[in-house]
Amino acid sequence: MSVLTRTPTPLGRTRISRLQGKARYAPTLATVGLFLAMFAIGAGMYPGFLSGQVFLNLLIDNTFLIVLAVGMTFVILTGGIDLSVGSVVALSMMIAAALLQAGWNPFVVIALVLLTGATFGLLMGLVIQVFEIQPFIVTLAGLFLARGLCYVISVDSITVTDPFFTAMAQARIPLAEKLFVSPGVVIALVVVAVAFYVLHQTRFGRTVYAIGGGESSALLMGLAVPRTKVLVYGISGLCSAIGGILFSFYSLSGYSLAATGMELDAIAAVVVGGTLLTGGYGYVLGSLAGVLILGIVQTFISYEGTLSSWWTRIVIGALLLAFILLQKLFSRKVKLA
Amino acid sequence: MNEIVPVVDMSGISIEFPGVKALDAVDLRLFQGEVHALMGENGAGKSTLIKALTGVYPIDSGTITVLGATHRFSSPAEAQAARISTVYQEVNLCPNLSVEENILLGREPRRRGGIHWKEVRRKAREVLDQLQLGHIDPGSVLSTHSIAIQQLIAIARSVQVDAKVLILDEPTSSLDADEVQQLFTVIRTLRDRGVAILFVSHFLEQVYEISDRMTVLRNGRLVGEYRTRELPRMGLISKMIGKEMDALAELERAESRRQPGRQDEAPVLQAQDLGRKGSVRDVTIALHAGEILGLAGLLGSGRTETARLLFGADRADQGHLSIDGTAQTFRSPRTAINRGIAFSSENRKEEGLIGDLSVRDNLVLAMQASKGWLRRVPRSTQDQLAEKFIRTLDIRPANKDALIRNLSGGNQQKVLLARWLITNPRLLILDEPTRGIDIGAKTQIQKLISSLAADGMSIIFISAELEEVLRLSDHIAILKDRQMVGHIPNDGVTMEDVMTIIAGTPA
Repeated sequence: MSVLTRTPTPLGRTRISRLQGKARYAPTLATVGLFLAMFAIGAGMYPGFLSGQVFLNLLIDNTFLIVLAVGMTFVILTGGIDLSVGSVVALSMMIAAALLQAGWNPFVVIALVLLTGATFGLLMGLVIQVFEIQPFIVTLAGLFLARGLCYVISVDSITVTDPFFTAMAQARIPLAEKLFVSPGVVIALVVVAVAFYVLHQTRFGRTVYAIGGGESSALLMGLAVPRTKVLVYGISGLCSAIGGILFSFYSLSGYSLAATGMELDAIAAVVVGGTLLTGGYGYVLGSLAGVLILGIVQTFISYEGTLSSWWTRIVIGALLLAFILLQKLFSRKVKLA
Repeated sequence: MNEIVPVVDMSGISIEFPGVKALDAVDLRLFQGEVHALMGENGAGKSTLIKALTGVYPIDSGTITVLGATHRFSSPAEAQAARISTVYQEVNLCPNLSVEENILLGREPRRRGGIHWKEVRRKAREVLDQLQLGHIDPGSVLSTHSIAIQQLIAIARSVQVDAKVLILDEPTSSLDADEVQQLFTVIRTLRDRGVAILFVSHFLEQVYEISDRMTVLRNGRLVGEYRTRELPRMGLISKMIGKEMDALAELERAESRRQPGRQDEAPVLQAQDLGRKGSVRDVTIALHAGEILGLAGLLGSGRTETARLLFGADRADQGHLSIDGTAQTFRSPRTAINRGIAFSSENRKEEGLIGDLSVRDNLVLAMQASKGWLRRVPRSTQDQLAEKFIRTLDIRPANKDALIRNLSGGNQQKVLLARWLITNPRLLILDEPTRGIDIGAKTQIQKLISSLAADGMSIIFISAELEEVLRLSDHIAILKDRQMVGHIPNDGVTMEDVMTIIAGTPA
């Protein structure tokens, strides 16, 4: 039995692999680059765009979407999808608004809402894992269920008058002269930081990436695949609940139709942020950049004034397509290696 | 060799899949500090037995004792907790993560504040150095390395756990000779440290080189346990095949050459300086009806790339290709298929077969595709074809409704081959049709190739085993560093001749 020998080229190989190792960051770097470019163009076109507050407003107006995108990143990294997040946001808002109206303590309400969201996500994760059902279908069912439950609580919009919630809505944390953020921004950024830490510094986080890279391999390596897969949906559910609370701070009401279609914005932000829909590649910071890009598109449209707000959707659609194509090119390169 | 209590004692193991009795009361004992070879033909149950020991498949009956404790593994994690590590035939690592992570995934050293990445790097480097793989950058992404390197990294992973039992399932099937020796050095080191090693390979010489003891399986049953030095090769082969069939002699007989192809007619396929940027270049080939062309070359020399070019799976951007004397540009495999060219891929798992479909469904796929999806192949024809090819190729289990993923590698290969034979191609490109399959199936496939050529089919045959190429081919095209460097008629060409050409041509 002769297998022919090959002359090893260790030097060349190391160089190539270093090069391609960096290609991992390419989609995320492209997102960040695009954001900076858009910001620069905005600054050139409109006076006042360059003021730091425009950037901070991007964060203030999108706190809930940032948190949703973080949860979605976990799910998509494992190769899954969570369509229920928008409905869970609405459900969280409805529960919070109804309980506050009934005079509950706001902190008890917040704790209860977070618990509900996490439990909702965990249950979907269990169904996906135990019965081996496509995440798409299970979370679609979750979408309808959560949205339906909103109407069970109330058909009409409920106004939040709780002093803590109103305080959070109006509070401004000054950063420098004429620059401020809302408490929600701090919460959202803390969520991003915690998610980054969990994904890169814990075994759980690395298992998330491993599942995206090859679920059966991860299983054969003895990693806790089933537990991790259930937990990512729990995390997404928890993030949706946090998003719901943040949205309540922002809008001071609960309304059954709130956050309709927001799951798609979250998915778009994650994909634009450079996470591969097939899982395994992507960064939570990329998702943050993705949300900011969606936000800046909106800012552009509003600065322009003459354009209808639907142009936001059109631009986001084009961006999404461009990024999917970019990812395709990227994954081809990886395959060639 | 110490006749003490075995580290692993599996006894009376039975496993049944729908429609297939995969294992029937099989015993296996592994001893400390020994290399134990698990031998058997395709479908003998080797992979299933290994998966029973590693917790992938639950056992229906029998007992598994590891280090004196009885286990019933229900997941790979449990088997690993019992200090059993496995390196599978198909590399089971995560291509998207770095080398160091793949080595330490799930066991990353931690400190307050999370994973201690510096320590991860240090430990990975330590293990790689131990295996003389120091040239691999631990921070590089796994997918940037060749399959052979990935395999060694998988072994590094199991070395890292300080396993008591190390299972190597066909670890050498994609390694070259140097890498095999490197692996064997590692295996011996581990053996001397007292690790019980289970080694599965189709390479008889490797088994005789490395193993101390062997267990032979056949058709899911135990044939026996033997000391390697007390069992001669012919004895082993007849135990594996189950009849006193001298497979080796049969291989020799295939050597009595058929008459050469019909040189007078226009060549079925002619390529002139065919090439593709970044793939392979200078492919010049003339193949007549009834001829077998062998592609020889080192691992990575461009054998598969050549095949893909000829089939249109990759588009050529240099040179000319003609079929029956008329110029052709293949834009897609479909064009090639329409001109009667069939390509059996080396990567049967990813590019060839659909695991969740039955043998019959997989067989008729290509035929159905060539007829167009609107004209369904009637069920009775499907059944007839399936039965015919199951019989002629001796596909086991002989059940046309069995799911492909429940078949062994060799039998899957036969199904893939049969799929293309059904379309009755004029030119059949076979990329590594005999890789990872046992000697019995190998003989059958080689005989089949010879007889197909005798019936007028042209064949391009690719194999990493040079002897096999020399035995079957009428012509040999030699590749080196992604360039065709020679094209010689096979009139008593020896391995040395080919090696000389490869060694002698500057790249």
